Amino acid sequence: MPTRIAPLAISAFTATSALGHGRGALADALRADRGGLADNDFTRVPLPCAIGRVAGLESMPLPEAFAEYDCRNNRLAWHGIAADGFLDAARAAIERYGADRVALVVGTSTSAIGATEEGYRALDGDRLPARLRRPVLHTPHSLGLFLEAALGTRGPCLTVATACSSSAKIFAKAERMIRLGTADAAILAGVDTLCDSVLFGFNALELVSSQRCRPFDTARDGISIGEAAGFALVERDGDARAPRLVGYGESSDAYHMSTPHPEGRGARLALADALARAGLEPDDVDYINLHGTATPKNDEVEAAVLADVFSARVRASATKGFTGHTLGAAGILEAAITLLAMEQGFVPATLNSRDAEPAVAAQLAIEREERPIRVALSNSFGFGGSNCTLAFAAGTPH
Amino acid sequence: MRTLTVYVDGIGVWAPGIADWPALQRVLRDGDIAARDVEGNPANAKPAPTILPPTERRRAPEPVLLASEAASQAAAMAGRDPATLASVFTSTHGDLAITDAMCATLAADPRELSPTRFHNSVHNAPAGYWTVAAHCNRTATAISAGPASFAAGIVEAASEVAADGDAVLLAAYDIVARGPLAEVAPSGVPFAAAFVLSPTRSAGSLAQLCVYPLQGAAAPNALTSVLAAFAANPTAVQALPLLVALARRAPAKVTLASGANASIAIEVAP
Repeated sequence: MPTRIAPLAISAFTATSALGHGRGALADALRADRGGLADNDFTRVPLPCAIGRVAGLESMPLPEAFAEYDCRNNRLAWHGIAADGFLDAARAAIERYGADRVALVVGTSTSAIGATEEGYRALDGDRLPARLRRPVLHTPHSLGLFLEAALGTRGPCLTVATACSSSAKIFAKAERMIRLGTADAAILAGVDTLCDSVLFGFNALELVSSQRCRPFDTARDGISIGEAAGFALVERDGDARAPRLVGYGESSDAYHMSTPHPEGRGARLALADALARAGLEPDDVDYINLHGTATPKNDEVEAAVLADVFSARVRASATKGFTGHTLGAAGILEAAITLLAMEQGFVPATLNSRDAEPAVAAQLAIEREERPIRVALSNSFGFGGSNCTLAFAAGTPH
Repeated sequence: MRTLTVYVDGIGVWAPGIADWPALQRVLRDGDIAARDVEGNPANAKPAPTILPPTERRRAPEPVLLASEAASQAAAMAGRDPATLASVFTSTHGDLAITDAMCATLAADPRELSPTRFHNSVHNAPAGYWTVAAHCNRTATAISAGPASFAAGIVEAASEVAADGDAVLLAAYDIVARGPLAEVAPSGVPFAAAFVLSPTRSAGSLAQLCVYPLQGAAAPNALTSVLAAFAANPTAVQALPLLVALARRAPAKVTLASGANASIAIEVAP
């Protein structure tokens, strides 16, 4: 078991998704039970499914100085980082600590592969078309390279690409760096965008629902894919009122590339490690934002783990019915949702779902609930059996 | 960044003509890669790691084969059961062969995309296959940091060692670029290296590594002539200077770019 860690202040955070630009839009939609999924109008070849699309990216090119990095994923990053004054907060932290003392840790699964796909659709003989012949686009680290250039950080910089746990694991990486003194603060980013690879890839795996996804519903039949950008600034101390990262657990299923371990072995380990690092017992937890992808198998396994580890006292919900599964951005988007739920005192609904999987009927909030939340968890379980659970605590009341 | 101190308990290497760490030491000693070791086109060469089930040993994606081979060598040399090791997998380009094939299929008819090809396309496929084969429930992280991917891997693995007080496996690889991607994501020869890094010195430790940030740019690392062909691989460019320093068994300092605007020094002490 890992030992307890010192809490880390989350001094600023923001998220942009199909629910809109920034925290205000996100909270408004969650509190109004208004989802962001709509019929797929993204793919050129028809694919009947629902998607969580961020509006307007097509007409938001990057500023001239960063034109080299221009693609849908980096556009969404630039659009998202501008919300809630996050860019200013990040720059102020770089100014305060020094550029070499601020880490930049990003999580993505798609990175800029949409630009590579576009290049292959428009080949110039056997070469990518001249406008897309840019090495900074065709790399898993495109998001990291862009943000490093845009922010001017000179501390550690890396992309974590572990599919759907990517931008949850970046919190763990940052905590270790700050604890060891490798950095004084970290700018965390998770950005994933819609592209053919994920839409047709998950479709080929028969994991995409033809409707809006219904996490933990007995009639659930697959995921809806979305896109999102989330950001967080974490540092050792920070304002006492800032919420805290108090724990995390990372594990591997060691079972299969795209099917969860039937008994949720990795998920249980991630949960146990997150609680141990936080010095918490299951009954201390008020709210859990579940991974809840709405595939039959994923939710069945997560439901069994939840029912086994937690009493009926805990409230749990899955928010992918609002945003879609934003894959590499899901960890940080759902961390932002969890932090907003804590800040405003509500449990988001499990949107689109009606009849809860019996195993978790006691814990699952199908409808939104108004209640204070002091301690919350967020689960992210992904391809390759990569699991991460984050634990958060509310800051001192204002 | 403060200094991160770790001990090298195991090393794995795989490249055409260099089957393992003893082979690399031989190549450095003799100044020659024996012709018999490089049959056919080196770009097509691949290992058959015995840790993978026989069906996967040939069929698994190349990054899985390369990373698993180097990783199992390093774990064996360290005398560690792979199931007990947390791991970091790092690569500049990821699976260029699958990216090329997948993008070609998506451009032709996206409905023809194979489910296996898609699930193998994730950057953490080598980490996923490795943890399944090794029965390892510990954390495994797949990272990339462009041309600085190996240096970022060293920093991340050393951070996990120092923060969690336990040994960590670092596996670094890049395969050969295919198709139109080769122009923008160049990699001309396959290469993989792996290390077991531990928090304390043991009887089997080969060397101590002290990793710290460097003021100013890293010095260019020219590869000795016998290894010059590996300059075409972005992982080899960063990993070989460290491996050469370890093979010399003498104090050395290797400097590497660790980001677009950052560098690290690695002090090697046998």
